[in-house]
Amino acid sequence: MNYWPLLGVAVIVIGFALRFNAVPVVVCAALVSGLLAGLHLPELLALLGKSFVSSRMLLLFVLTLPAIGLLEHAGLREHAQQWMGRLRGMTLARLLIGYLLVRELLAMLGLTGVAGAAQTVRPLLAPMSEAAAEKIHPELSDAERDEVRAVAAATDNIGRFFGEDVFIALGAVLLIQGFYAQHGIDLTPLSIALWALPTAIVAFVIQSVRVWLFQRRLQRRAQANRAGEEA
Amino acid sequence: MLRIEYAYWLIAAFLFYTAWRNVRERQLWRAAFWALLGLLFAGGDLVLAEQKVGNVLPAQIAGGMVIALALLAPRLRRQAHPETASASARMTSAARLGHKLFVPALLIPLVTLLVALLGEHLSLGGLALFAKPQMTLTGLTLACVVALFAAARVAQAPLRQGVSEGRRLLDAIGWAALLPLLLAALGEVFTQSGVGAAISALAQMILPEGNAFMCLLVFALGMVLFTVIMGNAFAAFPVMMAGIGLPLLVQRYGASPAILGSMGMLCGYCGTLLTPMAADYNLVPAALLELRNPYGVIRAQAWSAAGIFVATFLIMWALVFR
Repeated sequence: MNYWPLLGVAVIVIGFALRFNAVPVVVCAALVSGLLAGLHLPELLALLGKSFVSSRMLLLFVLTLPAIGLLEHAGLREHAQQWMGRLRGMTLARLLIGYLLVRELLAMLGLTGVAGAAQTVRPLLAPMSEAAAEKIHPELSDAERDEVRAVAAATDNIGRFFGEDVFIALGAVLLIQGFYAQHGIDLTPLSIALWALPTAIVAFVIQSVRVWLFQRRLQRRAQANRAGEEA
Repeated sequence: MLRIEYAYWLIAAFLFYTAWRNVRERQLWRAAFWALLGLLFAGGDLVLAEQKVGNVLPAQIAGGMVIALALLAPRLRRQAHPETASASARMTSAARLGHKLFVPALLIPLVTLLVALLGEHLSLGGLALFAKPQMTLTGLTLACVVALFAAARVAQAPLRQGVSEGRRLLDAIGWAALLPLLLAALGEVFTQSGVGAAISALAQMILPEGNAFMCLLVFALGMVLFTVIMGNAFAAFPVMMAGIGLPLLVQRYGASPAILGSMGMLCGYCGTLLTPMAADYNLVPAALLELRNPYGVIRAQAWSAAGIFVATFLIMWALVFR
């Protein structure tokens, strides 16, 4: 067994760790593995070229950009933000769980870009969460304030990640389909996307429970504080 | 009949348009990058057809072009183009249009789904409307065109403004758009050059013979580990699939490819929640929210990630070998 081609994996690990531009890192990894496997340069070039053009379906998402761009020009993001702003005034757990639901559903429909750390968490969700947390526990410490914001960011990430895999046009499903297609197994994107649904539901339940536990922890601390003052 | 090749031509046309706009703005490296990619998309079918009849020259040229793309990519600075509408104009428009703005965006998954489910039965004068291979993706292409028309209607803007806005977004994404495609290609190169075989040989040294459960566990944990190291589940996927997923789980133990692929990728996503290497999701939000601890977001995610991983693994184990 020739173990030298494994160095191609090392090239990716090191290249990504050093934060080099990912495109040359990946191409280098392919060249290193191929050369160490004893392929000659002409064969290797042909292999690289063929593999690349057989994966073209992974760029299909660019065809969504004109429609999305036009909608963003007409205020799609602003509307989504205003819509989420209606969650204002809810308890901390309801606010975060409501946001999680909306974020996950939007991601399932392919709208990952309308929300995010910069688009919704920093301007909307984090301050709203802090306000809701202050209602529970008026004297939030700096550490607790940070924790509330971090939970808001985590909720955003989890909603996005486990929703987007259900949408057939995004990278993950097509990468899986493309990988199998190159190895002679033909699957429809839909059959792959459907199997992301159980995890999408599980992720929603787990994060909701954790948010609720977090709220309860804050309530207990607030009670303990009040008890301490009265004593 | 609508075929997936038309989608590639449409993408090529969009890439050439983006290149041309960049030429006019004197962004020549950027223009060269998109033009080269456009050529690869337009000529891709030729490359594959010629290779089938034994002529590898077009494939070799394509390989050279991929290397050229890799050399050009670091010259593409990510720069956001200025928004074409002011914030207040977008707010007014958002208030005026309301939920109507969601309609064209929702048409994309809706039309795609309809074609995927019903496409086989649609015909025009006895001729099938959609070619069988990649019908879902042909449907997606059609959906994008329909959505563009709908968006132009809702926004009361000309179609060409949509193409121009799309180009603005594509330039903002820049070389990152290429990454999933390149990683899929890398998976193929890894398999052909024996990386997969080497990993599966290593895995078989530590794995007890004939134990499908242990093999699945190593695969799932490997997805998490490689994602943590590389910061990207897409990069971990070809490595783990070529090494363990395809040769051992699918071909030896008869795992269902769709379930293994989908849930294996999701195991990787749990790794993404844990790693500072995925800076966009974990470190950038911590900075944006001015957290004192740069790893605060990862800490808030860790137990969720662990729980989701365990649940996904158990569901996968229950279903994948059926």
